[in-house]
Amino acid sequence: MTASTADTRTGMFDTGAFIKKYAIIGILLLFVIALAIVTGGNFLQPQNLLNVIRQVSAIGVIAVGMTFVIIAKGIDLSVGSILALSAVVSASLVQMPGATNTLFPGLQLPWFVGVLVGLAVGTLVGLVNGSLVAYFKIAPFIATLGMMTAARGLALIYTDGRPLSKLNPAYNFIGQGDILGIPVPILILALVALAAHFMLTRTRFGRHVFAYGGNEQAARVSGINISRIMLGIFAMTGLLAGLAGILLSSRIGSGNPQLGTGIELDAITATVIGGTSFNGGIGTIWGTIVGALIIGVINNGLDLMNVSPFWQQVVKGIIIVLAIIIDERKNR
Amino acid sequence: MSYEFLLKMSGISKFFPGVHALDGVSLDVRPGTVHALMGENGAGKSTLMKVLIGMYQPDGGSIYFDGRDVTIPDTKTGLGLGISMIHQELSPVPNMTVAENIYLGREPIASTRLINYRKMNADTTALFKKWEIDINPRALMKSLSIAQTQMVEIAKAISFDSKLIIMDEPTSAITEREVEHLHRMIRQLKSTGTAIIYITHKMDEVFKIVDFVTVFRDGKLVTTLPAAELNRDKLIALMVGRELTNMFPKLEAEIGEVVLTVKNLNRGHLVRDVSFELRRGEILGFAGLMGAGRTEVLETLFGIHQAESGEVVINGKKVAIHQPKDAIDAGLAMLTEDRKLTGIMGVLSVRDNMIMAALPNYSPNGVLQRKRIDADCQAQREALALKTPSLDQLIQNLSGGNQQKVLISRWLLTLPDILMIDEPTRGIDVGAKSEIHRLMSQLAQQGKAIIMVSSEMPEVLGMSDRVVVMHDGRISGVVERADATQEAIMNLATGPDAAAA
Repeated sequence: MTASTADTRTGMFDTGAFIKKYAIIGILLLFVIALAIVTGGNFLQPQNLLNVIRQVSAIGVIAVGMTFVIIAKGIDLSVGSILALSAVVSASLVQMPGATNTLFPGLQLPWFVGVLVGLAVGTLVGLVNGSLVAYFKIAPFIATLGMMTAARGLALIYTDGRPLSKLNPAYNFIGQGDILGIPVPILILALVALAAHFMLTRTRFGRHVFAYGGNEQAARVSGINISRIMLGIFAMTGLLAGLAGILLSSRIGSGNPQLGTGIELDAITATVIGGTSFNGGIGTIWGTIVGALIIGVINNGLDLMNVSPFWQQVVKGIIIVLAIIIDERKNR
Repeated sequence: MSYEFLLKMSGISKFFPGVHALDGVSLDVRPGTVHALMGENGAGKSTLMKVLIGMYQPDGGSIYFDGRDVTIPDTKTGLGLGISMIHQELSPVPNMTVAENIYLGREPIASTRLINYRKMNADTTALFKKWEIDINPRALMKSLSIAQTQMVEIAKAISFDSKLIIMDEPTSAITEREVEHLHRMIRQLKSTGTAIIYITHKMDEVFKIVDFVTVFRDGKLVTTLPAAELNRDKLIALMVGRELTNMFPKLEAEIGEVVLTVKNLNRGHLVRDVSFELRRGEILGFAGLMGAGRTEVLETLFGIHQAESGEVVINGKKVAIHQPKDAIDAGLAMLTEDRKLTGIMGVLSVRDNMIMAALPNYSPNGVLQRKRIDADCQAQREALALKTPSLDQLIQNLSGGNQQKVLISRWLLTLPDILMIDEPTRGIDVGAKSEIHRLMSQLAQQGKAIIMVSSEMPEVLGMSDRVVVMHDGRISGVVERADATQEAIMNLATGPDAAAA
């Protein structure tokens, strides 16, 4: 990792740039190796590795959306609350008869209706965020800070503050089941990541997101409809936050209005560790996924090592600051 | 003590990367006089003044001020010596009061160690009373008009009780009445022995209040003369009198039918009743001094700003342009003046930067046609002899000239009929400059119609088939290529008034 930063720019292969670009994967591997040694190999048990990924699947899904927002020089603080709102709305539509706290007693809908409505709610809230930013010219930080509070409130009102339990097993399969031995949340994360990677690198929308983050003024002059880009980005983070809500509620088998508190910070951490720049115009989906995995590995490893949750927060805090420092140097 | 000269700057040189901004310039200023600095945009006036106040460090030369040799490492030292400056670009703190702005950084402190607002406001009131300025010291800066803001800046410069005050185009934003007021203030300052260096483009002012005139051209001093020995024609001849070398090989292009007609375009005070026609194969130059409204005309045509009124006809069809997208769809393209601010997306690749405006044509279903994009970008790269290791290179790593080529490609890929280029070669080295000129010529040959805004006289004269000259938001004249001389253009650019007077 201490490779020379000498000027290799004239050569055909730019070693410095290569290391800069892929250093993050090396860091992930370092963590994995360190933990494998410290835990005497326990960490590398296939079951444990799958567990690590499943634990970060919700964070990963949200971080994918966050990557779009941050590339476009924005931020979305409301994803955790959108997650909760979508989770409780979905859960309320797929409760089994006999549940203690039912919103719609006697309602028997197929599980996918709950999923679709949950996703729609997330998208809708995202569109409100996008409109505030695009048409009312409110800074993304402020607009989504307001939404963070409001959407959480709506989730609490909707459920009267109590979790909605006893959900349809078909719904719970999303968070708990396996397909071909691979947990469903991992498959969903993989699909989301692939689709987002395609969007970001192969579609007009993706290029416009980079253009907006790279230079808003220049993007405008190039005929790009800035407002539509903003709407699209926030709708997408809303949709993905809703999906994360479904993942989490189906995993624990209950729609809890307190779900996802603070998850926006984990998602931002993953995105930034993954190399997305707060200065806009720079970022990759694979980097974000690696960032999410690093968070998962740290969480899991510190758990295996019996480090107290309080210290875990300190460690994560240090990592995010380090990531930003590296980011700043990269762009100098 | 009194000296013949308050200020003697000798042999001042200043280099910027690629530019010899000041070439051994000397300037002597007597106390109690108004000394005008004149010259075209970029002649070196402002640079010399920034050296004098300590904002720039000279690469050579010496400064003598108020009886001794001095070095001025920063603006604070300059102020301490008794040199203050009214900058062309105003820099008020909008959410502070007028008095706070005037005493910014030198606030009177009370015995409580807190700011003594009572004294600050009283001093400001006294200052305004002495100079007959009618502005409330407690008003917020942002509530003032531009003209009032300018008066506050002037009052601030005076409040330092400086021996020398530099005024960089102080009248560009104020009305006739305030100009009179400023001139009265200047006369009063003169009578107390204060020297004033006055940078202006306005001829009529020169002959009203100025005692000496120093003319600059291309970073060199041309001459210093008493104003009484000058007249308008003589002064213009001094400002522009350079050898015109034939540095731009303009190619003959066939001039065809009218592709763009603009009628009575209006927006704010910088675009007033602008009407002109543009033909296929023609390069139409837009000349004028800084702030004449040339850039604003282009920006209004392109939908970056909304026109208040006026009619735009492209290829025989009347078009309504509300945003750049409309302009692009109508066949317009625009390279903006400030490459960094509104042109390049620095952290994006050359390819992304090139394709950005034409993207809809390369993604009919929203999915990029990457092979086509690569092929067409590669073709642009070769056609324009773009120097970059690859299309994946970040554009910020390219030289200014190559960045400009990428931006030209960006617009050529939209297949425009009309190309508007604002300062095509600003900040570009000489080699790339003539390449870009050749390219513009070739594009005209291919039947594109080109509007070129330029502040460089040789560029305007060398490239244009016709030259539209603007002054104060209006077109003051159109000169055919055969009649286009530096004198003719400068005469129109400096305004119609004084010539008749």
